Amino acid sequence: MLKFTSEHEWLKIENGIATVGITNHAAEQLGDLVFVELPAAGKSFAKGADAATVESVKAASEVYCPLDGEIVEANEAIVADPSLVNSDPQGAGWFFKLKLANPADADSLLDEAAYKELIA
Amino acid sequence: MDDQTTLLKTPLHGLHVSLGAKMVPFAGYDMPVQYPMGVLKEHLHTRQAAGLFDVSHMGQVTIHPRSGNVRDAALALEALVPVDVAGLGTGRQRYALFTNQAGGIDDDLMITNRGDHLFLVVNAACKEADFAHLEKHLGETCIVTPIRDRALLALQGPLSEKALSTLSPDVAGMRFMDVISTTLVGAECIVSRSGYSGEDGYEISVPEDRAEALAKALLAVEGVEPIGLGARDSLRLESGLCLYGNDLDPTTTPVEGALEWAIQKVRRKGGEREGGFPGAARILAELEQGATRRRVGLKPEGKAPVRSHAKLFADAEGATELGEVTSGTFGPTVEGPVAMGYLPKSHAAPGTTVYAEVRGKYLPVTVSTLPFITQTYKR
Repeated sequence: MLKFTSEHEWLKIENGIATVGITNHAAEQLGDLVFVELPAAGKSFAKGADAATVESVKAASEVYCPLDGEIVEANEAIVADPSLVNSDPQGAGWFFKLKLANPADADSLLDEAAYKELIA
Repeated sequence: MDDQTTLLKTPLHGLHVSLGAKMVPFAGYDMPVQYPMGVLKEHLHTRQAAGLFDVSHMGQVTIHPRSGNVRDAALALEALVPVDVAGLGTGRQRYALFTNQAGGIDDDLMITNRGDHLFLVVNAACKEADFAHLEKHLGETCIVTPIRDRALLALQGPLSEKALSTLSPDVAGMRFMDVISTTLVGAECIVSRSGYSGEDGYEISVPEDRAEALAKALLAVEGVEPIGLGARDSLRLESGLCLYGNDLDPTTTPVEGALEWAIQKVRRKGGEREGGFPGAARILAELEQGATRRRVGLKPEGKAPVRSHAKLFADAEGATELGEVTSGTFGPTVEGPVAMGYLPKSHAAPGTTVYAEVRGKYLPVTVSTLPFITQTYKR
């Protein structure tokens, strides 16, 4: 199940675990990333909390936790090479895997059509 | 948004939009922060080839001596800046500072001796105040004329000489800080061999109705790309150059700002024209004894950029606050974060480790000499 937030994150949800990243649109808007800071596995976040930080030459931006949950894995590859987020934001440039506290909450997120309408 | 309707446009605004620039408000102008290439690649391109910048938002002003003798204008201007203006040769340019009574800096600027008059370039955000300041103090002896019908372009990077020479052979023989008049695309231009990127290059004052033709002619040269304000900022910061309003302001003195080099001997204690500028007592004393704090280069040890207003501490626990970062970014050429800030004398020596507060953490930062890159001015 692929879901989106109005904060320009995508979630690919399988068995209650969401792989989370930022959308193509967000990556384009941010420009070339030079620094990524990810949360440690085991950390829990409420929906809307600052979970990660990305920085371009120009500015720092927060990436919000899209739903309540616990981090089970962070993508160290994008820490080592932030440009992966620009080259493949909805694939190899994923940020973290989140074990959802309430998987049913995902129903409230946007589907792909609704997200595309949002950024149109 | 009122902001949108009241923003000023430079003569190159239409060109920026047609090139796909992302426009942002800056100092009251709608300015290109980046083009489709993006800040990172624009920065690298400038250092490797040549970048064209629109800096038309900056203020241009001429000062003509009523006596007809440019030395009278220079001496009059020396009452406002701690700089040797009278000793500036014809066709030469020099960095200067408007100081205030407290010894602080009200703006930084470039002064050119144009033979029969002086030509100044000042910061966009300060220009109306600067024009008024000049008129108030120099109006009696000089004719102060803000130039509102000329654009200002900067061409920066190692290919600049080759690129600009295609329009006028006169520019090739210029050295750093030389200024000449020359015809480019049929327009009478004022060209200086200077800029604010740390690279060799030129700044070109051009009549506004020919600005777009000049920009297009330069962009047509292989290796010249349009560069936005985003890369202009990271380029100047890697080069250790101050952004007025961030690194310098009315509360920082030239000595605190590590700008002693801008104050020539002739204006210092014992010099032929010692003092005689606003705040001279404090500034002359600081030149002898040093200031209690100093602008320094800061090199974060990790990969995280440390940005302006990050607080600096003596310890990794954030107990003893020392000062603040005034500019900070990721330096694309340095391939790591770079910053500048103010530290007390006790912590300002290169090699000292201090700690910057970033998102609740205290990141080690090393005091470093400036610039972070090797400047390539054509001396």
